[in-house]
Amino acid sequence: MSAISQALDGVKVAEFGAYAAGPHIGKMLATFGATVVHVESHQRPDGFRTEYPPFKDGKPGPDRSGCFAILNDSKHAVTLDLKTPAGIDLAKRLVGWADIVVENMRPEVMDRLGLGYETARRLNPGIVMISSCNMGQTGPRAHTPGFGSQLSALAGFCGLTGTPDGPPMLLYGPYIDFIASTLGATAVLAALDGQRRTGQGAWIDLAQYESGLMFVAGALLDYHVSGRVAERADNRDPRAAPHNAYRCRDGAWLALSCWSDDEFGRLVETLGFPELRADRRFATLDSRQANLRDLDELIAAGLRWRGAEETAGRLQSARVHAYPVNTIADLFRDPQLAYRRIWRRRRHDGIGDVACYFSAFDLSATPGEVTAAAPGIGQHNAYVFQELLGLSGEEYAAYQGKGAFQ
Amino acid sequence: MLSAYRVLDLSNRVGWLAGRLLADLGADVIKVEGPGVAIDAPDWQAYNVNKRLLRLDLETSEGRSQFDRLIDHVDILIESVLPGEPAAAWLDPARLRQRNPRLIQVSVTPFGTDGPRAEWLASDLELMAAGGAMSLAGEPGETPLRVTVPQSYSWAGAQAAVGALTALIHRTATGQGQRVDVSAQAAVILALSHAPAFWDMEGTNPTRAGAFVSGRSVKGARFRAFWPCADGYVNFVLYGGPAGRRTNARLVEWMRECGVELGVLAQIDWMRFDPKLASQQDVDDMERPIAEFFLRLAKRDFLEQASRREMLGYPVSTVQDIATDPQLGARAFWQDLPGPDGAPQRHCGSFAIVDRVRQPLRHRPGTEIDVASLLAECGVAAEGAKAATAATEGQFV
Repeated sequence: MSAISQALDGVKVAEFGAYAAGPHIGKMLATFGATVVHVESHQRPDGFRTEYPPFKDGKPGPDRSGCFAILNDSKHAVTLDLKTPAGIDLAKRLVGWADIVVENMRPEVMDRLGLGYETARRLNPGIVMISSCNMGQTGPRAHTPGFGSQLSALAGFCGLTGTPDGPPMLLYGPYIDFIASTLGATAVLAALDGQRRTGQGAWIDLAQYESGLMFVAGALLDYHVSGRVAERADNRDPRAAPHNAYRCRDGAWLALSCWSDDEFGRLVETLGFPELRADRRFATLDSRQANLRDLDELIAAGLRWRGAEETAGRLQSARVHAYPVNTIADLFRDPQLAYRRIWRRRRHDGIGDVACYFSAFDLSATPGEVTAAAPGIGQHNAYVFQELLGLSGEEYAAYQGKGAFQ
Repeated sequence: MLSAYRVLDLSNRVGWLAGRLLADLGADVIKVEGPGVAIDAPDWQAYNVNKRLLRLDLETSEGRSQFDRLIDHVDILIESVLPGEPAAAWLDPARLRQRNPRLIQVSVTPFGTDGPRAEWLASDLELMAAGGAMSLAGEPGETPLRVTVPQSYSWAGAQAAVGALTALIHRTATGQGQRVDVSAQAAVILALSHAPAFWDMEGTNPTRAGAFVSGRSVKGARFRAFWPCADGYVNFVLYGGPAGRRTNARLVEWMRECGVELGVLAQIDWMRFDPKLASQQDVDDMERPIAEFFLRLAKRDFLEQASRREMLGYPVSTVQDIATDPQLGARAFWQDLPGPDGAPQRHCGSFAIVDRVRQPLRHRPGTEIDVASLLAECGVAAEGAKAATAATEGQFV
């Protein structure tokens, strides 16, 4: 590690979580210097290690998963068998060591393991714990299991994506889990700051469902106030026309929008059909909205054989909102993302060279870093329990003998 | 938790959620708007509730000198000024740091404050395009889509809150403030889950899947994700794995209780079901009776039964369905506050429950404070000279 100081140096996090919503909290904290210990077991590895592709060379294996790698870089991985008293004993030591415990199991599972908040607080009075689950810890459906991909439908996102007379659309992966993890990290950091100033810990009950609703809060308020039910509307927006994505050369697409009559004028000048500026059908926002189908067809015809990148650049030079629709591959060559060093390549023991996502924000004084690719299962057992928690070699071996690390 | 802190929020739509989240956690957040700027749009109200409103004309030198006096007493500044805009000069981080070395300055902009495209114009549409999200939504081969309700601003605002508080932990330890530079484009990438790993590891470029789940069967079968029901759609997938097999078995049990035609479903041993081995014909045969069954169900019935039977699957909610969901009512998620016309407005309450309490929203949208009162709260005399007394932080919450 370098001598550069990081914002979360000295912050200790124990993560009893799997998949996305828990581990992504630890990932964000680890990027800015926290020491994060990800807990799983050999019987029950994190599902992101085993259940979903991609795997190195298409061959499944807990240390070959790209899905796990993208959410767990810069962390330490340990295995604890929480079905053994020895495993529980070490889990409690971890809770005693940590500033923050992250868990995203179903409600009451941590209690049954003897690791719930009340116990944790006795072990460690200043502990900050976040419990993140689908529906929250209380309420009639608290125990409903669920996948984030489907919770995105319950929270309105899928119904708000697509063509008005067509079906709802899937969003990629467990979309809502990453909203919950981001809001969860916010709450955890606020609680940690309180702990640092007052010694007082906190228990945060975060419903992934409710977190998601913060991303549609305006539409919900609008319904409550006016009764208007927001509906999926392709790419339309009532305040801009055109406002769509258009097919360009080589299978690329270009997104663009015009928020004033002047901007529309600059668009059609730049695309080389200035006559549209004088066309009565397109003179005002209202008339462009009323004739949107015609307008979209004209723009689509104008863009069909142009390059998306090059056209976006020319439109931006004319101060028109435009950006190529980046595919996933494009995210690795986008000049702005490259400038911000969003992808940091690290050596992963099971996969080889992997791209790790850095952060959506840069900090000027404490810059953060991807310190290592995601760990293999149980990779840091000895380091965490001996170096960080201070077990002697004999103690460690004794726990090993009792099956604690299975 | 954050009641000791004062936040000045100069941001535009791209940053609003950041201050809202900090306010929900107890910070005293002051939203600054120019005189006459409309605040009646639902988005403004929803994302600026729980903040107080300061009308300040930052285009005048008087307004800017008032800003300067305030900034000395602010812990976190949130702004979304693009490089090259006039305001970039007086919001220059070096200048502000000189005035207030403890200040955390959070810039939330489309592409970040520096780089080859930092000055590019982008609304939600272009940001969802630039961050890769549109390439993954819509029918395969057809127009890439955004979510109709803007999402990129929320991704950016939420990341800004994480950045602000990461910097705050450092300041609490060291007294040192710093700049947090948030890129909305980079924040949108978080919505893509593990999609980038496919390109990075195997050179396959994930694309949009429409309304069907694919990539689960070695025979290339697609599984339906959205099913028409009596009053809309439900989201249900014939998954494998323990939870999926249990779900499928319980669905068939439920269908049997209702006396509906089961077709091939009656013969399947769900404990051995493996979607990886299913052909499209197999899937179609399984899905036909399920489709008939769902067609007669209302969304709310599906939600309640699926929950009671511990099945995976949810209805596709509209905002109306969400507004009447008993789970949210039981957790006191909603909070009524007086709206601009005095009639109650129902807001999403604080986003987290802390120590078993959902802290109430303290300020209705547009609760105005004037600059003299705010300076007085900061311990600065109304005339402008810095008062000798230090600000008593947190007393106004």
